[in-house]
This record gives sequence, C-alpha cells and structure tokens, in this order.
Amino acid sequence: MRYRAIIGRDLRLAYRRRGELATPVIFFVIVTALFPLALNPDPALLRTLAPGVIWVAALLAVLIGQDRLFKTDYEDGSLELMLLSPISLEWIVLLRVFTHWLVTGLPLVILSLLLAMMLDYPMHAIGILVMSLLLGTPILSFLGAIGASLTVGLRRGFMLLPILVLPLTIPVLIFGAAAAGRAALGDHSAAPLYFLGAMLMLTVTLSPFAIAGGLRVSLES
Amino acid sequence: MEQQDVLAVENLDIWRGERCLCRNLSFRVSSGEALQVQGQNGAGKTTLIRVLTGLGRADEGDVLWRGESLRRNGERYRASLAYLGHSNGVKLGLSPRENLTVAGALLDKPSSADIGAILDRVGLHAQADLPCGMLSMGQRRRTGLARLLLSNVRLWFLDEPLASLDVAGVKLLTEMLKAHLNGSGIVIFATHQAIELAPHPVKSVLLDSKA
Repeated sequence: MRYRAIIGRDLRLAYRRRGELATPVIFFVIVTALFPLALNPDPALLRTLAPGVIWVAALLAVLIGQDRLFKTDYEDGSLELMLLSPISLEWIVLLRVFTHWLVTGLPLVILSLLLAMMLDYPMHAIGILVMSLLLGTPILSFLGAIGASLTVGLRRGFMLLPILVLPLTIPVLIFGAAAAGRAALGDHSAAPLYFLGAMLMLTVTLSPFAIAGGLRVSLES
Repeated sequence: MEQQDVLAVENLDIWRGERCLCRNLSFRVSSGEALQVQGQNGAGKTTLIRVLTGLGRADEGDVLWRGESLRRNGERYRASLAYLGHSNGVKLGLSPRENLTVAGALLDKPSSADIGAILDRVGLHAQADLPCGMLSMGQRRRTGLARLLLSNVRLWFLDEPLASLDVAGVKLLTEMLKAHLNGSGIVIFATHQAIELAPHPVKSVLLDSKA
C-alpha cells in the first residue's frame, strides 16, 4: 500500500511532466538516425553497426535522463522527507529507480524495435536485441542513479554524472551489444544474456545501498 | 502519554569548514516543552536543526532520544519525528491532497487522520485538488503544516515556520503547536520572531559563532 503510493507518486509526476520525459527518447532516436547520415547508408554496413549504434545511443539516453531523478526532490525538500522516513531509504530508492526506468528506459526498449528496422537489423534476431535492452537498461538506470545521488547537490551535476558513470557502464555495453550482434549473425547469444542477467541482479540488490549512501552524503551539508 | 520523553543533546560540536557553529552544546527538552533556536542569519540554526533530525552530522557529541543515541537507533528515531524545513517538501506537480497521501505513505504507521479534515483545518479546503504549483507561498506552507498534523509523532522540528504565513496562518500555527504540546509533544523551532506559546514553557538556545 505504502509502496504503491510511492510508485504512484512518481508515475503521476511523470505523466504531468511528459515533455521532460520525452527528451531522452527523442535524443535516442536522433542519435541513432545520425549514423546512417554520417556513414555510408549501405544496408550491409548498417546491419553490422546496428547493435552497437542502438546500444550506445540507449546508454547515453538513459544517462541523460537520470540527472533529473533526484534533482527536483532535492530542490523542493521532498528528498529530506524520504531520508527522514522510517521506511528504509534503500527500499524507497529501489522503488523510485524502477519507476523511473518504467517511464524512461522502457520507452527506449520499445522504440528500439523501430530503429532496428531502420538500420536493417535482421528481424529474426530482434527478440534478442529487445531482450538485451530489457536486461541492460535497468542496470544503466541503477548505475546512473548512483551518479545522480552523488551529484544531486551540485549545480553542474549533469556534466559530471556521465563522466562518473560511463566507465561503470562499459561491461553492460560489451555484453549487451555482443548479445545483439551475435544474434544478428545467427550465433548463440545465451552467454552474454546470462551475463547481463547476472549484472542486473547484482545492481538491483547492491546499488540501492550505494544510492542511499550517496543521497545521505549529499544531504549532509 | 504517561511516559516522559526526553530529547537530550550532549556536548555537541558542529563545525562547518573552518567555522565553529557550536561547541559543547548541551540541553534537554522533555514532553510538553518547546525549544527555540535563536541566532543571527548564518549562525547555524538550520544546521543545528538538521543535525538534531539526523540529516546533518555533528563533529562531536551525541543526540539522545529516550536515552538512546540516534546513531544507533536511527529508524525508531525517524519514526517519532516530523520535520518542516525551509523548503516545505511539497511537490508542486501534485495537489495538497496528493502530497499528503504520499507523506502518509512515508510514515511509519498510517495515520488514521482524515486528509480532507486536515486540509479543512489548515484552510486549504478549496485548493485541495489544485496542483501546488498554482498555490501561493503561504498556501504551500500550509500544505507543509498539514503534513505535520498528519504525522502522529512526538517530536516536531520546524525551521522558520512563520515564513510566508499570513496573520491567520500564524494563529493557526500557534494553535497547532499548543495542541501538540498539550498532547505531550515536543517542538523545536528556529525563528527570529517569538511565538507565544504560554502556558507552555519555551526554552531557548542561542547560537553565537563568536563564542
């Protein structure tokens, strides 16, 4: 009941600020569309590049959306209330990052279907691409939230966040793009997907502690 | 209410950078008492209140609630306090009613108090379903006050509670504080203006960074 109210609050706020949420999605589409323009729009080339392009664009889009995660709550004092709540901050953070992924990460996964077609990504492998993004983008959301928690008190935090978090996202990118790339070639892609699954479990269980710690430090002064 | 609750501060040192905000500060506040934190702008009133809530960190000393250090007892301590800071903790995208629903969800035990009745009491009956972004600063403050009424806790921490309240708002706040003290509550607030809470005793702490 309580948890539903916390999720409901974020969904409601997200719905009332739809425009803001559209930014990462539009960014995702534009970045992906830039590649065929800059490179040779040869279908064979695009097909090889597609997994990497979609993954890099998704990674950047998730991270730029993450900066706002705690910012407004920090500014209007709601974050203090969450810290002062008897409900453990780790739980609250877990719920909130998941909700944030629902409204920022999930649209990217859905849109990737369209972009994959645009880049002539083979249709038989599209399930694996979507699967890799479904497993991978939540990891990115949680890693981004660690950066957001540390930079929430800084005015230029949005510049610092990607620099802090991008190195951490490299394994996700490697396994995510590998799964989608192998599937396109008709190879087995179970191994990288398993790795992504393991990383997802790890970040979901451990990162809330890091995020909560980051928020406590950020609000201490 | 039989039990006498005490918030005790022992030998508190707070430094911010090179500046000492307080040294060896000790005081006790018990049920039915109010404590006013006084000091000039920048003396560290907000910092002290944040340290008392557990949001901030003291360099030395300890805060004890019912005899237990809040460092060791954070969760139970947070279940017995409510805090109204400079920023009200009000989401501008949500209506007062929605704000209170969320605030209620963040409480330990769901209060039985009716949100509609509380909004009536703070004078937001007509604005209950408007987004708080459309309300005036004073009305947002009143939403913050409504949050205090919703929480069924012993300790209230208020940082500049009079800010942006009109005459009727100040009267409402005074009545709320008196009722809270009557129910054996404890109020700790930082203001420049005095709040008349007679017959309840108001202790005071003066922060003077030169000392």
